[in-house]
Amino acid sequence: MRGVTKEFHGNRVLNRVNLDVRPGEIHGLVGENGAGKSTLMNILFGMPVIRETGGFQGEVFLGGQQVHVKSPFEAMSLGVGMVHQEFMLLPGFNVTENIKLNREATRPNLVSRLAGERLRTLDVPPMRADARAAIDRLGLEIDEWLPVAGMPVGHMQFVEIAREIDKTGIRLLVFDEPTAVLTESEAAQMLGALKRLTAAGVGVLLITHRLEEVLEVADRITVLRDGEVVATRAPAETSLEQLAELMVGRKVERGGLPARAREPGPEDRILQVRRLTVQMPGERVRGIDLDVYRGEILGIGGLAGHGKVGIANGIMGLYPATGEISKDGRQLTPGRPREALAAGLAFLSEDRRGVGLLLDESLELNMALTAMQVKGAFLRPNPALPALSLRDERAVRSFAERMIKELDIRCRGPEQVVRRLSGGNQQKVCVARALALEPDLLLVSEPTRGIDVGAKSLVLDLLVRLNRDLGMTIIMTSSELVELQKICDRIALVYGGRLAGILPPEAPAAEFGLTMAGKRKEAS
Amino acid sequence: MDVRGSLSRFAQGVGIPRLLIGLFLVFLFVVAYIQKLPMAMLLNGALVRTAMNGILVLAMVPTIQAGVGLNFGLPVGVVCGLVGALLAMEHNLRGFTGFGTALAIGIPLAAVAGLLYGQLLNRVKGQEMMVGTYVGFSVVAGMSVFWLLGPFRNPEMIWVVGGSGLRYTLTLSNHYGHVLNQALNFRLLGVLIPGGLVLFYLSFCLLMAVFLRTRVGMAMSAAGSNPAFAAASGISVDNMRLLAVVLSTVLGAVGIVVYAQSFGFLQLYVAPMFMAFPSVAAILIGGASTRRASVLNVIVGALLFHTMLATALPVTRTLMEGDISEVARIIVSNGMILYALTRGRGGN
Repeated sequence: MRGVTKEFHGNRVLNRVNLDVRPGEIHGLVGENGAGKSTLMNILFGMPVIRETGGFQGEVFLGGQQVHVKSPFEAMSLGVGMVHQEFMLLPGFNVTENIKLNREATRPNLVSRLAGERLRTLDVPPMRADARAAIDRLGLEIDEWLPVAGMPVGHMQFVEIAREIDKTGIRLLVFDEPTAVLTESEAAQMLGALKRLTAAGVGVLLITHRLEEVLEVADRITVLRDGEVVATRAPAETSLEQLAELMVGRKVERGGLPARAREPGPEDRILQVRRLTVQMPGERVRGIDLDVYRGEILGIGGLAGHGKVGIANGIMGLYPATGEISKDGRQLTPGRPREALAAGLAFLSEDRRGVGLLLDESLELNMALTAMQVKGAFLRPNPALPALSLRDERAVRSFAERMIKELDIRCRGPEQVVRRLSGGNQQKVCVARALALEPDLLLVSEPTRGIDVGAKSLVLDLLVRLNRDLGMTIIMTSSELVELQKICDRIALVYGGRLAGILPPEAPAAEFGLTMAGKRKEAS
Repeated sequence: MDVRGSLSRFAQGVGIPRLLIGLFLVFLFVVAYIQKLPMAMLLNGALVRTAMNGILVLAMVPTIQAGVGLNFGLPVGVVCGLVGALLAMEHNLRGFTGFGTALAIGIPLAAVAGLLYGQLLNRVKGQEMMVGTYVGFSVVAGMSVFWLLGPFRNPEMIWVVGGSGLRYTLTLSNHYGHVLNQALNFRLLGVLIPGGLVLFYLSFCLLMAVFLRTRVGMAMSAAGSNPAFAAASGISVDNMRLLAVVLSTVLGAVGIVVYAQSFGFLQLYVAPMFMAFPSVAAILIGGASTRRASVLNVIVGALLFHTMLATALPVTRTLMEGDISEVARIIVSNGMILYALTRGRGGN
């Protein structure tokens, strides 16, 4: 790939990227979330998203010839295969059927002679032989007639790979985080299989977050950061630390934050979390201890899928959780949102449209509803039957109008339906909803996701203001390390569902990179 | 150009279904006038039918708002109301005592039945309407056995021959038939207005409208509008759904008692089987969708749908032999349900 550049709505996500993979080579590709790895792969596979968003500049060569891949199907016929992070297997089918799906060996029968090719009989023995051969090439002990359902995840991953290498003429295989779901021994086996593949002349592009893996197996490593190739190295000439620094390496200016009346200190603990586990799909938390001090902004960072988003959701009780959570010394039952809200916690969900808003209701109702339910605010008192107290239209309206003014929400008025607001303004409605609860601890997840660049800094400024002016303690979870470094007092990094370390925002880039890659064991 | 624009805006505001049915109604009344039908009687009939069916239509509001969808299991509430009505009749209670007793027995029964039915619906989230339809059918069939075997002794109610089991249709005229219909009647521009009946219906509408603005009512609507949001606001979505089903079932029981006293008969056995469909159709015509409904939808829908049914019969009878109004009812009600289910978001 030569000089690949791609823009999404004027936002440059890839900038003149050069990448080459030689036959028989394992090429590692590493980078943070959002560094442009998946966009690069989408271009390689001719995914429709790329064309729909205006195509790309640059050239792609395969075996020395320029190719214009227009669809994933075409990529496949050119000999480019991909092993996905999520399995694309049919659980009810057996190994052979999965490997040979849509490429079955067939022989003619009576019906097919009349009705055409698609009704030919499956020729099972050669299919099994092919499947066996593909599995053997990976050096694996799996029976080809077993159903896929109920297999260990590691084996499913191998079946997926076997399917790719069974395709004749495969020249380049892309692995997207192949070891993410595997145990250590499975991962080792998997990497062994990769080496065996390359011995047969197939080129392998290995995308991973696990730096030690690429160092171990890759012949060359390319580091992608903010859409640019920052380095291509051989493992021998680099180190874990250097890779981590290359991956993160940005200087963040942190100036301009207003001072506080009193700096937060460890003597005043507002929230204490012990042995927290959260069953949030894709963001599992496997036991976290965390202390939050009154008045601080605590950042939670880490790579996608390692559980950073699960922490706030677990504390708020939105997903099944275990462990001890205590606010100001008072225990909260995990899994009870109402208790958390009543204790003075408020939450801005990462899933703004899914969890954070009633999209078809008015601004004012969105802002008031939670406080109404939890604290009985905005209601006309009805001492006899508190559950049936009527809503106080005037209080709701005046609060909404005040928030629209103070947060500068661009809308047609408090009665407008929130669905049609922009992402930034929707986020502000969520903030207003949280403020209506008058919380002293605000949990914010991915506050700038899906918001355009200009509005991003506004949202961050708002958080700082809430912290400095109203003394609100804030726990901010974000995939964007820069944001965390910009406004947080401490940054907790998670890896594999556990706390990997807590760093000050001015810590060197290499340390952030290493901690996020799970290479620094320490809990301070 | 401008006229066209404002016309299409008007059509959008009112909604195509309401526009069509409104035009059809105008057409019916024009024909009625030309045929010299007694207009005062037509209007009185329309009002009576609207008000006697209105509470059954209102029963759709809580379940729609709570995200359970249209309550096709309305017969669950209807049979509870029937049990209350039968017991009042068995004990020879007359007038408002009979009517009140029927409600006093029917409502708690419906609350219990609604609780059970709601728990069932909480286990089949996403297919409540399908499951509800069949729950309704099954309950009607099950109760048919009860009508046959129940311990009813009043000779006015049981079969003459054999001496046990309830008749298909019981006449209420000696008991509490028309008690509401005959209360507080007055004439307005020559039209007899069934004051008591309309007042009763509208007061239930008002209660519902107020309830939807209370803390619990809003929690219920939030649970239907976005369950994830509701849960994150500390609302128990399952309990809200349960509450909605109980309310709807209770309204079904009240609705059938009001309906029966106005009709003058109690209809048993398979009669409640399709009780839910006209109510579903009426609220959809009123502009509700399967996810959002308001009391205004109920008032508009019940008025349009039942006025149409009440006037179509006498009008078509003057034009042709045979009764086309039953056919029209089936076409409109089922067509409307189909329309709403395929659109999902309704004519709001």
